[in-house]
Amino acid sequence: MKLIFEKSIQGRSGITVTPSDVPTTINIKKEFLQQSPAELPQLSELDVIRHFTELSRRNFGVDTNFYPLGSCTMKYNPKVCERIASYPGFTHLHPLLPQLRMGGMLTQGALQVLYETDLLLREITGMAGFTMQPMAGAHGELTGIMIMAAYHRDKGNKKTTVLVPDSAHGTNPASAAIAGYKVVSVPSSERGVMDVNILRNFVNNEVAGIMLTCPNTLGLFETNIREICDLIHSVDGLTYYDGANLNAIVGKARPGDFGFDIVHLNLHKTFATPHGGGGPGAGPVGVKEKLLDYLPVSIVVKRNDGTYALEYDRPKSIGYIAPFYGNFAIILRAYVYILMLGKDGLRRVAENAVLNANYIREKLKNYYPLADGLCKHECVFSVSEKMLQNGVHTIDIAKALMDKGFHPPTVYFPAIVKEAMMIEPTETESKETLDAFIDAMIEIARLTETDPEKIKSAPTTTPVSRPDETAAAKNLNIADL
Amino acid sequence: MPFIANTPDQQKQMLAEIGLTMDGLFADIPPELMCASFNLPAGLSEQQVRNHLAELADKNSTNLICFLGGGFYDHFIPAAVYSIISRGEFYTSYTPYQPELSQGTLQAIYEYQSVICRLTEMEAANASLYDGGTAMYEAMMMALRITGRNKVIIDDTVNPIYRVMIRSYTRNLNIELEQTHSIDGLANRQQILQKIDDKTAAVILQNPNFFGCIDDFTDIANAAHQKGALLIVSCYPISLGILKAPGSMDADIVTGEGQSLGMPMSFGGPYLGFMATKMQYVRKMPGRIVGETKDRFDRRAFVLTLQAREQHIRRDKATSNICSNEALCALTALVYLSLLGKKGLKQTAQLCADKASYAYQRLTAIPGVKPHFRAKWFFNEFVLDLPREAADVIAKLIEKGFAAGFPLSRYYEGMENSMLICVTEKRTKQQIGMLAEALESIL
Repeated sequence: MKLIFEKSIQGRSGITVTPSDVPTTINIKKEFLQQSPAELPQLSELDVIRHFTELSRRNFGVDTNFYPLGSCTMKYNPKVCERIASYPGFTHLHPLLPQLRMGGMLTQGALQVLYETDLLLREITGMAGFTMQPMAGAHGELTGIMIMAAYHRDKGNKKTTVLVPDSAHGTNPASAAIAGYKVVSVPSSERGVMDVNILRNFVNNEVAGIMLTCPNTLGLFETNIREICDLIHSVDGLTYYDGANLNAIVGKARPGDFGFDIVHLNLHKTFATPHGGGGPGAGPVGVKEKLLDYLPVSIVVKRNDGTYALEYDRPKSIGYIAPFYGNFAIILRAYVYILMLGKDGLRRVAENAVLNANYIREKLKNYYPLADGLCKHECVFSVSEKMLQNGVHTIDIAKALMDKGFHPPTVYFPAIVKEAMMIEPTETESKETLDAFIDAMIEIARLTETDPEKIKSAPTTTPVSRPDETAAAKNLNIADL
Repeated sequence: MPFIANTPDQQKQMLAEIGLTMDGLFADIPPELMCASFNLPAGLSEQQVRNHLAELADKNSTNLICFLGGGFYDHFIPAAVYSIISRGEFYTSYTPYQPELSQGTLQAIYEYQSVICRLTEMEAANASLYDGGTAMYEAMMMALRITGRNKVIIDDTVNPIYRVMIRSYTRNLNIELEQTHSIDGLANRQQILQKIDDKTAAVILQNPNFFGCIDDFTDIANAAHQKGALLIVSCYPISLGILKAPGSMDADIVTGEGQSLGMPMSFGGPYLGFMATKMQYVRKMPGRIVGETKDRFDRRAFVLTLQAREQHIRRDKATSNICSNEALCALTALVYLSLLGKKGLKQTAQLCADKASYAYQRLTAIPGVKPHFRAKWFFNEFVLDLPREAADVIAKLIEKGFAAGFPLSRYYEGMENSMLICVTEKRTKQQIGMLAEALESIL
């Protein structure tokens, strides 16, 4: 397909700029001005619409296809959330308004959304208070580790390391490292969970804290989670909960009750805000009472007269981690989603997410290898020795699924499972969709024996076949200039 | 239940196949860890929730005539922008890790990287970062990696919100952050040049700066390069419709807030952090990058490339911890720039400058109102001194229906009477006249 620049026609324009009603004054010194304007595309509005509509048809989304990416929680994104986020009462709100004298009164509705979302998330997680500022999950992780560092600095603790299980999301070690800590990877047990006895060897006075996901990235609940938290607390370490997998337990169990001190949530996972092709997300961070003072500036508070205000005077705070109040329009969507589901609805979310994952697990367990035991919201399969002997790898199964009209699961993660395929169906998918997916997976398993070449040459029905990634890195072309 | 497809019958059927009850599915959670409390309200219908949110939206004052800027701007957004980004194929998709099913997103990001490079006159852009502030922080970290040094110089004409963010992020790190103090609204050359030494990783500047003043940093770039340091410039993309691009000043890393490119103000987000650099530094750049390649039938195809820099491969050795970025906002910026095109962006930037210039003339004609700086080269923001406290005057102007500007005393000492005023292409001559009359009547 042509690039938008290749469709450009000299002199064409997609917008009529409003004619000026003021005199044109040369108010800028010539040496500050550009010599010639940037070569942006020159297209009509229809050209632009056709170009991007054509591009959109070369994409899978939850709206078009089943998208069972493990750890990503690709659930349906309700349209009402989009509608509400586009209300002019929210979109036209300048973020600096509350910094004007009495300006907080101009944004009471928005502040109420932030305040009430904080309260709802506290109840959902069992934490004492949240910051809404982090703009994605990894940003929440960095914020959480900065809070951890502030706590230790305040207590005069000399801590240098953060523990991270070997099954963790890559963002966990990256966030801890960027915040200035040394990262120590803790091996999982053979079953793929944290073993308290293994962990004990890694716990010492240098340990600032541990970062855990529960259920973990294999979709397994860490049964010893409370003991793990106690062990870390015994050296005055803090426990960090990566909320990427909260969808499995929302309404059933709360990280705060497990013993976690810091929690981040991915609103674009559990709370149904769209992934947008990679973002924007939102990663609010909640903490226990003893860490409240360290939360970033500012925090929304409710005053005695029932109005809402931003609190800036927070001497122990880690400071500003975002320019304002986080990705407000994303938080707004999550707020709407939580209000619509309510207490019972959120419990049904976890139940049906876990039911759907276990259903797939049960139906495919005779076709693809996987570890024993109950899973939570996702299940991790791999490929059999026989498939490997036929030259078929996980990547081939992923590509073959595309020809069946399904987005593949997450592949080759977690790295502790060889040839991993991590399937997370989410609660919004129906039994009919799951059955069709299961049938496709079974047929692919059969084809790995009867016609492995077909699997290895997949996909053939997509806009492009497998691109040459090595060439992309070698002959780097990352912009049309 | 909303958004759950399976009927109770189907759930029963599925449980029977698994051989467990619904409670049995959660038997691996120790009973003492099950929810001690879960006091949420009952769910609402779509109609109820829309009524509730319409009420909350009404409690926000969005009918003020906006002269507030400070790095976040009220620009006009063509309808076609929203129409494209609200296509489910785009906004309900994930990060394009599977290229065969993500050519739409991938090509759009490639085109976005291209327009960012063309605008900034740089060679390599990433697929987006969270916002202008985190982009500046990431650029600083990138400069530390490139140079292996730990001193950073930042002038106080850089957006104070970004400066406080950078201070938070560097608190646990071994980074020497030195601030220089502007003179007459412009970056303090003397101090900066004096401070650049062989320990300096980067100088961070902004153009137009927080006061709206325009500068050319070519001399600072040269001085930095002589000592092996880099120049990081944060810029306002609309201004690049007419102003000299940071690339032509020989900046090494260019960042900025992309909100002005088609995103509503939405009370602070989601916005768009953009970053571009020279090709020689591309492997040190954080964030995703899309590259062009071929598929096995020699067709043009796009993929995520240079992924060995990223957290999902390199873990604690990655160039950044970023995973989710602002992809849909990058698409927004691309669609916006495609609609405006070469001519439209220039016209829009010129309109901003012209209207700001007109507002400057009208407002400085009011007795007692004076420009704060002698430097008179500004883009679409400028600083005025009032005969009394600016915060108070601004509060009075709110009552008259104007978000008239920003009181600089919030971030700058000795500027109690100063306010920052922004004029975009959306403001009319009539509105500017009304502001002038209102201000005059208050003073």
